[in-house]
Amino acid sequence: MKKLFWIFVTIAAVMLIAGCGGDATKSEKLKAGFVYVGPVEDAGWTTAHDEGRKAMEELKFVDESTFVETVPEGAEATRVITELVESGCNMIFTTSFGYMDPTIEVAGKYPDVKFHHCSGYKTAENSTNYFGRMYQTKYMAGIVAGTMSKNGKLGYVAPFPIPEIVRHINAFTLGALSVNPDATVMVIWTNSWFDPVHEKEAANTMIAAGCDVITQGTDSAGPQEAAEAAGIYSIGNDSDMSFMAPTAQLTSAIWNWGIYYKDIATKINDGTWVNDPIWWGLETGITSLSKFNEVVPQELIDDLAVAKAGIIENDFIFNGPLYDNNGKLRVEESEALNDGDKLSIQWFVKGVKGKIPKAKE
Amino acid sequence: MNDLITILYAAIASGTIILYATIGEIITERSGILNLGVEGIMLMGAFFGFYLAYTTESLLLAIVGAAVIGGLMGLIHAFMTITLQANQVVSGLALTMFGTGASAFFGVSMVGKTLRTSFEVIPIPILSKIPVLGEILFNHNILVYFAFILPLIVWFVFNRTRWGLALRSSGEEPLSSEIMGIKVIKVRYIATIVGGIFIGISGAYLSVAYSRLWVEGMTAGRGWITIALVIFANWNPLIAYGGAYLFGGLTQLGLNLQKFNIPFPIILLKSIPYVFTLLFLLFISLKGKRSNLPKALGESYFRESRG
Repeated sequence: MKKLFWIFVTIAAVMLIAGCGGDATKSEKLKAGFVYVGPVEDAGWTTAHDEGRKAMEELKFVDESTFVETVPEGAEATRVITELVESGCNMIFTTSFGYMDPTIEVAGKYPDVKFHHCSGYKTAENSTNYFGRMYQTKYMAGIVAGTMSKNGKLGYVAPFPIPEIVRHINAFTLGALSVNPDATVMVIWTNSWFDPVHEKEAANTMIAAGCDVITQGTDSAGPQEAAEAAGIYSIGNDSDMSFMAPTAQLTSAIWNWGIYYKDIATKINDGTWVNDPIWWGLETGITSLSKFNEVVPQELIDDLAVAKAGIIENDFIFNGPLYDNNGKLRVEESEALNDGDKLSIQWFVKGVKGKIPKAKE
Repeated sequence: MNDLITILYAAIASGTIILYATIGEIITERSGILNLGVEGIMLMGAFFGFYLAYTTESLLLAIVGAAVIGGLMGLIHAFMTITLQANQVVSGLALTMFGTGASAFFGVSMVGKTLRTSFEVIPIPILSKIPVLGEILFNHNILVYFAFILPLIVWFVFNRTRWGLALRSSGEEPLSSEIMGIKVIKVRYIATIVGGIFIGISGAYLSVAYSRLWVEGMTAGRGWITIALVIFANWNPLIAYGGAYLFGGLTQLGLNLQKFNIPFPIILLKSIPYVFTLLFLLFISLKGKRSNLPKALGESYFRESRG
């Protein structure tokens, strides 16, 4: 039975990849291969990447694109990436942190192919990495939450205590504090990226504790559903989740990967591609708030436009003075966190009600 | 106090998920069949129940459909292990893999769909007015109430009826039972199918009543916890109450402690049912007591064999 299962999986993978195959030698056109960590219908992270892929496919010099979904991180990824290249793809996008080493490994064997890895830090001659400054959009989401909350108590369903998530929670909190100095953000960790049932329980726990706006760093729409059922507000994550919470979701902090994918395809086509890692900010539109709920007043939308312009002009979010939630001064008045600090942050700003579990590594 | 009521109320609602599955697995194991397919059957029940609730908007049909699919999965296991004499562990694991894959494959169209119907909370007259206890116990939906009485019914059948005697003896001494006129094969078929039915219902409770959403893999290991809880409950449906609600309570406690800013290792939480199971096994052997572990559990039964 297990063997049959894997044979089936292999056949399915080969069939998907087959779309990419064919006349690799004669055509000058671009063929893109994507490796996804989840199913394309996850309504979150992978869905956002797949929408970007479809946007890129519309460029006239991009011949076609294909993807392989739910690829385990590690050795299996190496095989999938190799097969994509062998079937004729000349630009590869791997969209989860755990694909970093497999990407670099395969890149070494195929110098003519361009590789792009999302959210990592390693590069090679023909391999780069890319990510967006989602914390800037989380800050704006915090402004929305802080303004729309009646009692200033916000709830954040969080997956793992890694710097990316801590950074986002901090930015969200600072955004809320900028409009409501008494706002607090309660954090509950679920210790998984994807457990809709447990995420919903976590959201319900915070709702019972009086939180009236719920947001999340986890992937499933479970917390949104909890907010909808409780008749309070919510803010989505990664993709627009309003299908799950049409009345509750105020907006969602979303990824617009198409902007990056189109840019990269254009550069490869022009011959101007370089392997510089990128960490794009709000000005590029790679992250943004999704369409607003109709209850969001125009005044707030105008304020957000001002805040956005301010962030683009000068990324002030992590400027001092910043205190952690034990009251210790972490960033002096005239100082600011640099990118390295942001990428490794492991403390909560004042206003966050929660603890970062000690990492045991 | 209010926090405590909230936690205990949520503990009952969340414990109900595994209570159904635990009872189903106890019924199956008591007849001598080990079914490790719980996770897969729960997922199939969760998907099928959700699908029917979404398309037909009939909650009754959703539960019945999940029960039928659970029963069918049980039937497959029974056919493999009883008629074909396949290894019970292997067949059960295959069922889990099949259920996980098939529910994900068919469930793609149901991801992100919102149900328009729901299991309403039905406060029980008079009882729900009791302070504290009434709020915790008697303000739930009908599936939670049914889970209150299900273990009682199963306990009664086990210990007070001829069917129960036949079921238990099939799990202990199949050959002697056969000689005494019990149709062991028939009994085991029925026990495996009925067990599958309750496991299927637990899946539908999870997706339709409790979380009200469907996504692939949503049981996230709850099926395996069930298998540990069966041992913890000593194959006794009445102790299953304790195991299921205790686990539901610990899950809620883990979330609520964070609310009070007390860090709680959730990773450890997930191991607690297994720790309990080990402690129980230790307790049994130290006390020199015999557990209710069915003697013939996991063994194939050949009617023609002469032990």
